[in-house]
Amino acid sequence: MNRSPYIADAPSVTSIMFKVLLALLPGIAAYVWVYGGGILVTLTLATITAVAAEAALLKLRQRPIKPYLFDMSAVVTAWLLALALPPIAPWWLVVVGTFFAIVIAKQLYGGLGYNPFNPAMVGYAVLLISFPLIMTKWPAPLSLAQSPLSFLDQLHYIFSQALPSDIKVDAITSATPLDYLKTQLMLKHEVAAIQESPVFGVMGATGGEVVTGAYLLGGLYLLQQRIITWHLPTAFLAALGLISLGFYISNPSQFADPLFHLMSGASMLCAFFIITDPVSGPTTPRGKLYFAAGVGILTYLIRVYGGYPDGVAFAVLLMNMCVPLIDATTQPRVFGHHKS
Amino acid sequence: MSTIINFVSQLLQGKSLNEHFNDVFKFNGGIHPPQHKVESTLSPIGKLPLPEKLTLPLRQHVGNMPKIKVQIGDYVLKGQMLAEAEGTVSAAIHAPTSGTVSAIDEQIIPHPSGLPDLCISLIPDGKETWGELRPLDWRNTDKKELVNKLRASGIVGLGGATFPTHIKLRTNGTSNVHTLIINAAECEPYITCDDMLMRERADDVVNGIAIVQHILGAQKSIIGIEDNKVEAITAMTNACIGAEQESITVKVVPTLYPSGDARRLIHLLLGTEIPSDKRSTDVGIQVFNVATVLAIYRYFEFGEPSISRIVTMTGNVVNPQNFEVLFGTPLMSLVKAAGAAKADTTHFIMGGPMMGFDLPNAQVPITKAANCIIAAAPNLFAAPPPAMPCIRCARCADACPVNLQPQELYWFSKSNNFASARDYNLFDCIECGCCTYVCPSNIPLVQYYRYAKSEIIAADKATSAADLARERNDFRLARIEREKLERAQKHAERAQMAKESKSELMLDESKSRVAEPTSTAIPSNDQALDKQAIIAAAIARAKALKLASTDGTLVTPTDQIPIPDTDVVAEVQAKLHKQALIAEAIERAKAKKLAATGAGVTPKNIENLSASVQAEINAIDQIREQAAQAATAKNPTK
Repeated sequence: MNRSPYIADAPSVTSIMFKVLLALLPGIAAYVWVYGGGILVTLTLATITAVAAEAALLKLRQRPIKPYLFDMSAVVTAWLLALALPPIAPWWLVVVGTFFAIVIAKQLYGGLGYNPFNPAMVGYAVLLISFPLIMTKWPAPLSLAQSPLSFLDQLHYIFSQALPSDIKVDAITSATPLDYLKTQLMLKHEVAAIQESPVFGVMGATGGEVVTGAYLLGGLYLLQQRIITWHLPTAFLAALGLISLGFYISNPSQFADPLFHLMSGASMLCAFFIITDPVSGPTTPRGKLYFAAGVGILTYLIRVYGGYPDGVAFAVLLMNMCVPLIDATTQPRVFGHHKS
Repeated sequence: MSTIINFVSQLLQGKSLNEHFNDVFKFNGGIHPPQHKVESTLSPIGKLPLPEKLTLPLRQHVGNMPKIKVQIGDYVLKGQMLAEAEGTVSAAIHAPTSGTVSAIDEQIIPHPSGLPDLCISLIPDGKETWGELRPLDWRNTDKKELVNKLRASGIVGLGGATFPTHIKLRTNGTSNVHTLIINAAECEPYITCDDMLMRERADDVVNGIAIVQHILGAQKSIIGIEDNKVEAITAMTNACIGAEQESITVKVVPTLYPSGDARRLIHLLLGTEIPSDKRSTDVGIQVFNVATVLAIYRYFEFGEPSISRIVTMTGNVVNPQNFEVLFGTPLMSLVKAAGAAKADTTHFIMGGPMMGFDLPNAQVPITKAANCIIAAAPNLFAAPPPAMPCIRCARCADACPVNLQPQELYWFSKSNNFASARDYNLFDCIECGCCTYVCPSNIPLVQYYRYAKSEIIAADKATSAADLARERNDFRLARIEREKLERAQKHAERAQMAKESKSELMLDESKSRVAEPTSTAIPSNDQALDKQAIIAAAIARAKALKLASTDGTLVTPTDQIPIPDTDVVAEVQAKLHKQALIAEAIERAKAKKLAATGAGVTPKNIENLSASVQAEINAIDQIREQAAQAATAKNPTK
């Protein structure tokens, strides 16, 4: 019988997913430092929901639970979604979003390997459309908040939506720079004047840029570990940078500079962790470049002209739809074949 | 600092560092599996004691089975031809030692199928008496003569492909081979037979290269060796000094599996990509394995045919080593020579761990294809964990040396979407196993490709067989219709003639004698008419009977209906008219059919079929008949 090769040397799916989680740790640490420990609660909630939903669905679908649960892919989805949500979002928001991501976007399509859309982004999009108010109510960084919440206060808020009696909601929340920029531009203010606001940091958002930088660090680790290839992050960041540079040069008073766009919102999370989801992304090297560039351009356009402050989720989902086409049209030249 | 500037300038020139590796041209992907080559290179090539019995499979090569030239009980000398090459692609089999032919029967052979095949068994007499050896002065012999001689040498590609060597050297005057590549890459883990051969017999190898280069008329030869074989590189480089006006050179390639694949090696050495639908000789390049050229040298220099080869015996054995093994030697003798297999050995693998296959048992003979035998144990080759779904990570695509998209091919093969698999160049897959090696989901990808390939090949075969059957059937139907038509025409003519002669008879009775020649036909026509009349009457009776019976009244045979003569004539005329109409309809149908078949499918003349095709048709017909019988047996009422 011919069952060669007899040897293999590949990281398991579990170890790949585990390294992705590991690469998220710097970002999470920065998150805690900037916004407080509430994100840990959100992450835990999302993880528990994801694992429970995955196990339940595997049981319903009569699939072996252990190998699929231990591939850690559900946890990755949970973490990515949790990190995209406001850090002190109410508990049910996290549960609903994660449930949707795992059950509808992943398991009902056939589980790991079969989902055409990025599950975390599906969960995020569902929440953003269904609960826009909560989803855009971000807490102010601890350094900017009038009365920063303690971890216990955050925990209490997540589960009961109740604040200590002496603090009002407005005191703990603030507009994100992307949101602020959008609304202020509509009020005919100029970018330079808008950026005077304390919510703007050196490059992106005050505090937020630290988190973004930590994501970049984690992303570089993934590159070094060969978990991801350079194509996707490079093309995404280049496309986002170039299109924002073009707009910025054409009218600096109306459009923010490219560095701001690269370091704000979910740019870095998207570049290294979201579009690098292999299942819902393209497989060919050229296809990866097109896909990531498409996400970058769409993200910018949604940020600038769309109805939402950030456009990563919709950009990713829109490009997910194009993946079969991208793959089919970007097949590399096979050895010994002419270019067709 | 200068190295950094160099590096940057190289990058700016668009060259990767690997391309500067001894000026080799990189191919996509490839893998670096653990080598495990040191174990079997610690001792020199060993010799085996003469086994008690040699079993020589007749099919040790690609191509036709050779024709047996000996009988059971014959005493044969060492090197004597036992079976001669039959047809173009075939190779001879020789006696590896002197002894007696003890059996010619089917034995289990070392083949992935594990099926038995025809073998000649030889009991050695221990004398090792050589038959007459006829060395050849190859420099002063006609090239055609040399190639003809090689046909009787039994030499086949010893790298594992076992393609008869004389075919690759056929010089019909149009050979435009300018470069001879000697494949000494030996990229698969564990295998060291070529490495050891080069270390110990470098001069003979270079002499062999000179012969092949001479026969091909090539201007240069390049020996491609992976950089992990330092001793072999040194030995070969030294042997090349002064050889054939420096036209034979050694080129070191980086250690990267599968650099030993012929097309990959050509690209590495020359930067030439052999088009997928062409052979390397189409672009003037021929590739020979290093062991093959050595065999060629020994054949011309000493007259020794192909009776042994160097085999790496390694893996889970006490003393891994290379041995010179006579073909037909039972595997167990080789294992014993390597100090026996360790206790936890589960089975034996022939070839390397990337492309080899499980041997059915430890008694199978060593053949021309056996470059390496690995004793397998769970600690060496762990069973792969259960396969997980493909996560489309495309690591397989990154590793594929042919630049295929294995994840797409997997998807198509799994869903039996063979047309798409073919569109995505499934048949360019060399089954090197790199994709499986790197798959995080432990999917046995190569297995899926083997399955898809065999399914497609089988389907293609079935399609062509069905096409042939359909053509035959079309032809048969056309013939039946033609015959029907001819009968109808004849009938109509006859009837017409009968009519005419009848009226003639009536008109001119006196001329009846003159019409003697036709008169012989008239009675028969009359008889036919009478017959038809009777039949018509019978039909009418039957109809009446049926009518009566449906009415409920019982009709007895005695109730015969008298048929007036006029009715008979009218009926016959109506019948004739009907026949003419039928003939016309057949003519139309035939014309239509002709128009259809004229588009390209003409019925094939079944008289000119080759024996094999005819046999296949017969087999198919038989199956069809059986099916029909089965159907009737199932449905006896019909």
